Amino acid sequence: MIRVSFLSNLINGISLGSVYAIIALGYTMVYGIAKMLNFAHGDVIMIGAYISFCVTQYLGLPAWVSILASMLVCTLLGMTIERLAYKPLRSAPSLAVLITAIGMSYFLQNVAQLIWGANPKSFNSVVAMEPLRLFGGQLIITDEAIVTVLTCVVIMICLTLFTEKTKMGKAMRAVSEDKGAAQLMGINVNMTISVTFAIGSALAAIAGVLLCSTYPALMPTTGSMPGIKAFTAAVFGGIGSIPGAMLGGILLGVIEIFGKSYISTELGDAIVFAILIILLLVKPTGLLGKKVNEKV
Amino acid sequence: MKKKLNRTFINNAITYAMVIIAFVVLYSMQQAGMLSRTIKGQLIPVCVWIVMAVSLNLTVGISGELSLGHAGFMCVGAFVGAVFSGVFKATMPNETLRLILSMLVGGIAAGITGVIVGVPVLRLRGDYLAIVTLAFGEIIRNVLNCLYISMDGGALFFGFSNPSLPGKLIVNGPQGVQGISRISTFPMGFALIIVTLIVVLNMTNSRAGRAIMALRDNRIAAESVGISATKYKLMAFVTSAALAGMAGALYAMNYSTVTGAKFKFDTSILVLVFVVLGGIGSIRGSIIAATVLTILPELLREFSDYRMLIYAVVLIVVMLATNSPAFKQFLSVVKDKIVGLFAKKNREGDAANE
Repeated sequence: MIRVSFLSNLINGISLGSVYAIIALGYTMVYGIAKMLNFAHGDVIMIGAYISFCVTQYLGLPAWVSILASMLVCTLLGMTIERLAYKPLRSAPSLAVLITAIGMSYFLQNVAQLIWGANPKSFNSVVAMEPLRLFGGQLIITDEAIVTVLTCVVIMICLTLFTEKTKMGKAMRAVSEDKGAAQLMGINVNMTISVTFAIGSALAAIAGVLLCSTYPALMPTTGSMPGIKAFTAAVFGGIGSIPGAMLGGILLGVIEIFGKSYISTELGDAIVFAILIILLLVKPTGLLGKKVNEKV
Repeated sequence: MKKKLNRTFINNAITYAMVIIAFVVLYSMQQAGMLSRTIKGQLIPVCVWIVMAVSLNLTVGISGELSLGHAGFMCVGAFVGAVFSGVFKATMPNETLRLILSMLVGGIAAGITGVIVGVPVLRLRGDYLAIVTLAFGEIIRNVLNCLYISMDGGALFFGFSNPSLPGKLIVNGPQGVQGISRISTFPMGFALIIVTLIVVLNMTNSRAGRAIMALRDNRIAAESVGISATKYKLMAFVTSAALAGMAGALYAMNYSTVTGAKFKFDTSILVLVFVVLGGIGSIRGSIIAATVLTILPELLREFSDYRMLIYAVVLIVVMLATNSPAFKQFLSVVKDKIVGLFAKKNREGDAANE
């Protein structure tokens, strides 16, 4: 019995971790290229989930349409945020950019609260399959968990191919390495940053739908905690590194679920944050990150 | 050099005078019964938020590190101060003395937390530092949410995660500290503001303050002339934490219960809005912003739904206005236009006079 509960915790952890990994990708790409912590990323997740909720609930359209719609809206939203709030501050000190990003996060949360209200909405899962039963029904793997993990793997493969093989992907890597030199080589830096935000936000929409399929309470603050934890995951894996985000996300999800079930439910978040702090002190570049020396 | 010194002196004198005059006016109005209930209820919170804003400004403005966990220190101060006051309720009947001691103990506890948090955190920079202070704020709140303390006779019992403790519960997990005697007074709040101002203003204009600002402006250059980054950054961080703890104790003893939920991330952001709107690095600005933004929402209750939305917009617009070259240019064009308009009018006026 103990082994079965261990396995089921592990699977829940990997499933939650996959969601973190998808969100962390958005953070890590934006951080790699624009060198900023996009605090509002977590709230883009929440907007994505609300859009999907509205499309299925009020328009009565099928789930896959709602996912596409929320991806579209989030992509536009991400690019708009970048254009209005972050682009004018490209050369500003990082403190100013960070405060702007926090302001943006609060803005999105409060707009959502004005539109949809503060009460939690019950999100209907977009996945409708039979859960998988193993060991004579003792171990149940939910359909959401299977879909989440599969989606995460597919996204990871596509994204790796994109950054390695396509011209845009190469441009992204070039900009993240040296903005000035990339510009001299004829790369449109602003466009590249815009595309990065667009991809990150589209991924956030998927993450939002998957997250709310597993944890169905949808509120204006739904995105903020997973957002912060996903950033933790991105730092954990080494910020700027795509495989790092995947590794960090899954590790963090597993740690969180194990911490909650074996140590203390109330302290789950505290455990996750404590790990972030310890890691940053021991290995500030994360598990797969590269060390960059500061030049005077 | 002498002229510059004088300017600092005058600047500080204006800040002190502003606070003292505001206190004298409000206090005499309160004694004369001229204040409405709403305003009266806001007097102590205003003092608390002013101290919070000024102390955060020490970290964000003077030391240049974005701390997102300021409410965590306030939380420590509130809990420790309230528990201290509850324990010594019987043995120390003098309320003013108990309040002062509770605030001191709360401040010391928050200061110690500040050292524990600061030593590892201040090794990090920029965005990492911000996110780790946020994490620490959440950890502090999370841990206090699971804390249970009870008193039986003269002995204190501590418990974690819903234990059964003997005697009367003082700290009850997520329900927080209950049965606090409401001993906070407006003059005490004023005294705390003055103490905060003396500490922060003197620190900024001292050798230590200049070292802190040098580290903010260029860490490598400052370190290369022999300024110890850890020492001075920690000094600013711990002072700021201790002041926040004192404000927290004052805040707690203005209510009969205080819970960890009051010191969420939102609270840290609220204080950050005060600092940003008042002007990062400007102590007087923080005081004015904290006062206005605490009283205004109480007077405009019907717009309370839009309050946080407006704060968010304020954060973004202030940052864009002060940092974006395009926005600055736009502002200067507008300014030129307005000035030009007035100049034209004056010229027309002169022509008419002739």
